[in-house]
Parts: sequence; structure tokens; C-alpha cells
Amino acid sequence: MKIAVCVKRVPDMDVRFRIATDNVSVDEAGLKFDINDFDAWAVEAALQLRDKNAGSEVTVISLGPDVVQETIRKALSMGVDRGVQLKTDKVPFDGFAIAKTLSEELKTGSYDLIFFGKMSPDTSSGVVGPMTAELLGLPCVSAISSLEIADGKGTAKRELEGAQEIVEFPLPAVLTVDEGLNTARLPSLKGIMAAKKKPLEVKPAQIPAPQLTVRKLELPAERKAGRVVGEGAAAVPELVRLLQTEAKVL
Amino acid sequence: MANVFAFVETRGSDIRKVGLEAVTAARQLADKFNSEVHALILGPPGIAAKAAQLGQHGADVVIVVEHAALVNYNPEVVTANAAERIKSGGYRAAVFSTSAQGRDLAPRVAARLGVSVVTDVLSVEVEGDSIVVRHPMNIGKVIATIVISGSPAVIAMRPNVIAPAQNAKAGRVENAQPAIDPAAARVKVIETKQGGGGKLDLAEAPVVIAGGRGLKAAENFKLVEDLASAFGNAAVGATRAVTDDGWRPHADQIGQTGRLVSPELYIAVGISGAVQHLAGMRTSKTIVAVNKDKDAPIFKVADYGIVGDVFEVIPALTEAVREAKKHH
Repeated sequence: MKIAVCVKRVPDMDVRFRIATDNVSVDEAGLKFDINDFDAWAVEAALQLRDKNAGSEVTVISLGPDVVQETIRKALSMGVDRGVQLKTDKVPFDGFAIAKTLSEELKTGSYDLIFFGKMSPDTSSGVVGPMTAELLGLPCVSAISSLEIADGKGTAKRELEGAQEIVEFPLPAVLTVDEGLNTARLPSLKGIMAAKKKPLEVKPAQIPAPQLTVRKLELPAERKAGRVVGEGAAAVPELVRLLQTEAKVL
Repeated sequence: MANVFAFVETRGSDIRKVGLEAVTAARQLADKFNSEVHALILGPPGIAAKAAQLGQHGADVVIVVEHAALVNYNPEVVTANAAERIKSGGYRAAVFSTSAQGRDLAPRVAARLGVSVVTDVLSVEVEGDSIVVRHPMNIGKVIATIVISGSPAVIAMRPNVIAPAQNAKAGRVENAQPAIDPAAARVKVIETKQGGGGKLDLAEAPVVIAGGRGLKAAENFKLVEDLASAFGNAAVGATRAVTDDGWRPHADQIGQTGRLVSPELYIAVGISGAVQHLAGMRTSKTIVAVNKDKDAPIFKVADYGIVGDVFEVIPALTEAVREAKKHH
């Protein structure tokens, strides 16, 4: 089986972000970057399938400047066979422009399965996987939390609001990965050493003109400081009164 | 004429609230263009009878596709119908929902039309020739203003940011056929498992009660469920720690990697308020927190907090809410 996983380098979210002086980007000074969690689960899913199917190969693809090579190396150190960097100075906000760029590369690989994380927390859009599937004309199952592949077809579970769907699909297909599918392995020391010798191909990215432009970024209004109504069950009547008369939600 | 398209989401043989919200958002745009809203709805036989009410929410034309196979979401049929209608209708904008279904559908339709899409849209404006939207980034810690230059502008509204409007107009109903044979779709939903009888959806519920590690064991979620049933219009959520431990299904997780909710009232029960969790509920209108640790970060975002043992406070609150509801 030939499997591709598209991965993104994203900042750690556990910080207070600052807007850069250009007003349209986040100040990256002091931010820590790593592979998107959803993409790491996608890499894990690909590796598990490869290890079950002799003769399989996993390729990881990332769009961005040379720093994304760190992200690609991380996937290689988890066990991915080869990496491709689609080189560009700046990754656009527009998910359609990204999907176009990735689909041109994916087209050349005749992959049986193409994995994406279901979304990345930085742009918080979650559109690149399904858009790429459409551009490639492939069946797509998004936000899967279980997966089985046998005899050229797959079965996956999707979490809906208050329900679950069990879905069947033929290969080749595009899948986007939700939390709960697996736990991503950590790179072993041996894996980290091996990753240095694995092939990492750099190709110039051909990004079409974006149709979405970020005009400005802002920090959301802070919530006004809360108040403690009281302690223990004795505070319940006062809380109920406030919910009825002040917040008017009861 | 710059008409506006709205996609109306269904589940089984019911219209979902996010579908009414999409029609309302489309109506607001169409009013600025002085044009019509055309709403598309797909579902099993019988959905047409329910579709008539969409006129009251602002649809001038309701296009109904009924087929027995459409009782489940069929991504390929729905994508084909929506894309063909949007293409042939020459719409200026197309409005979807950022629900589980909408997150799957809106990008597919946009890609098929050769345009971009903005999901999780908080608000929409028309400025000259451009449609300008607000979209949360970095788990809601940054808000982006995005200018959409492509046409049609495809947007997917975040649930609960717009109240379904009522205007007493009747929509004109048109019937249509599935654009492709549902039986020919490559991806097939073979089963839909409902989670719990009539459970309200987290993204749509006006009240969300969420439980954390402070509940100490899976069975103690009964306290949270009892409080939810006292409200009657509440859904139950959980923190990542709780879903990772298997106390609740992953689908119930509220936070950075889980669901985003913004209900009228959010009650955090035994939740410390990790940044991961706050990312999923920060935009709730009113936040109540009950936690025994007075220094828990949840109290920094809670409008009203009670410092105390959840095993004493929550049953008392459940009783008080039941009483309050009785007198309404």
C-alpha cells in the first residue's frame, strides 16, 4: 500500500498570543512549534497500516519554509519512510490554495490512502482534507475515530453531534483524522538516528492566487473578571437568584 | 440579481437548528443585496412538509430533494446537489453550517465550485463588492477579519452565533431530484448510532453542563445528568481528561481538540479550567463554575463561582433549578 500523510507545523496553543506589527499575522517570537496533534495521529494511523501490510510505504508531505523540515523529520523519526517539502516562504490562510498545491503533488504519487489531520488549531479551518479529496476526485471520509482496512475497502467511524456514523468506502480514498483514533508513538532514539538518513525531497510549491485575504487580526475582548458567589451548598440560592435576575438564563 | 443560497441541514427526518440559522444568515445577506434566499434541503420522504416552514425564517424559494436513501447524510449526493444548484443559480454567496456535517460538506462544495470557504464564521458584512467575515483562529485566542474575493463567497456559520429569525412569509417550494443516484455513491453510511435517547446536541443546546475530574468517577456523571434534566434544555459535556479516561465518549469532549460550544449558560462541574478546555467554551454567554479549589483557573472566566464540594453543591443546585422551573 502507498500511503501519504499531509502534516503541518503549528505553534503550541498554551500561550498568550501577540499580534505582529503588520496586524495580519501572529508574532512568532518565543512560540514553540511542533507537528499538529491531529496530523501526528494521522501519521500513527498510516504507520500502523504499513506495518500490517508488507511492502507498504508512507510518505509525509508538508508545505512551508525550510523550518517545516523539522516537522517532516519528526514524522520520519516516528517511522515514516520518506518526506517531501513543498517549499514556499509563507503558507497562505486560504485552505483552497493549500489544497490545490497539495493535490498537484499528491496526483503524482498514485496513493492508496491519503491522510490529513481533521484540522489545525492555528487557522482553525479544517477544510484542506475534504477540498483536496474533491480536487483529486477521490472518496473522502472526514473526522474518523476508528478505521479498518481490508480487501481494498475501508470501514470508519465518524463522531457526529450526539450520534456516530459507521461508513464504508473503497480505496483509494482521503481520510481526515479525529482525536480518539489512536495514541501517536513517540520517536525512539533509534528512530531519530534513522530519520537523519531518510530521503527528504524539496520541491518548489506552485501556490495559486488566494481568494481569502486576512485584513486584520485582533485579540478577543477579555471576559470581565468573575466573582465568587459564595461557598458550598449555602451559596446555591444566591446563584439561582443571579441566574434569574441578572444573567436571565433561568 | 445577487441571490443567496442557504444549505439546510437535516438529521433523519428533522430539520436541525443550524439549518434555520443558515437561512437566517443568508436572509441578512440577501437583504443587503435586495435579493432572494434560495434554501436547499435534502432528506427522506416527508421532509417537504417540514421544509415549508423555512419561508418563515427568510427563504423565498425552498428546493426540496426527497429520497428514501437520504435518511442518512450522503456526502456525495449532497455535495453534487448543492454544487450544481449553486452553479446553475449564479448565487453571490452560499451559507452552510459549521456542524459535523457542515465541516465535511462546505469545503467539498466550495472545492467543486473552484472557490475558497471560511468555516466557523462569527459574523458577516457586505462592503462594496466584498463579503467580509470574522473567523476565530488559534483556538479562539485570535479573531481574524477575512475578505472573500471569490464568487460565490462560501461561508459556514458557527452554530449559536445567530438566532433563527421569524418573518411571516411563505417560501415557494420547488421539488428536485438527487443529482446522482444515492446507490452509486462510493462512500456509504451503513449505520447511525444515536447517543442516548433524545439527547440534545452540545453545539445547539442553550445550556451545557460539563463535568471534569473533580467528579472522581464515571458513575458520578449522574449528578451532571440530573442537573441537565432539571434544566430540560441542557446537553452534557466533559473535559479531555474525562474522555481520555473513558468516563465519557470522545464526542462529548469540549476543548481545543474537541467540540466548541457557546451556549447561553455553561456550568463547569469539578473542572479546573485548563487552557485546552477554556478554548472550547470561552465564548459561552454566562459561565458558572463549581470547584473545591478556590484558586482553580476556571474561576477567572466564570461569571459566577461557588467554591465547594460538587457532591454537595450540585444536588442542591439541581433541586433549586427544578423548583425554579416549576414556577415558570
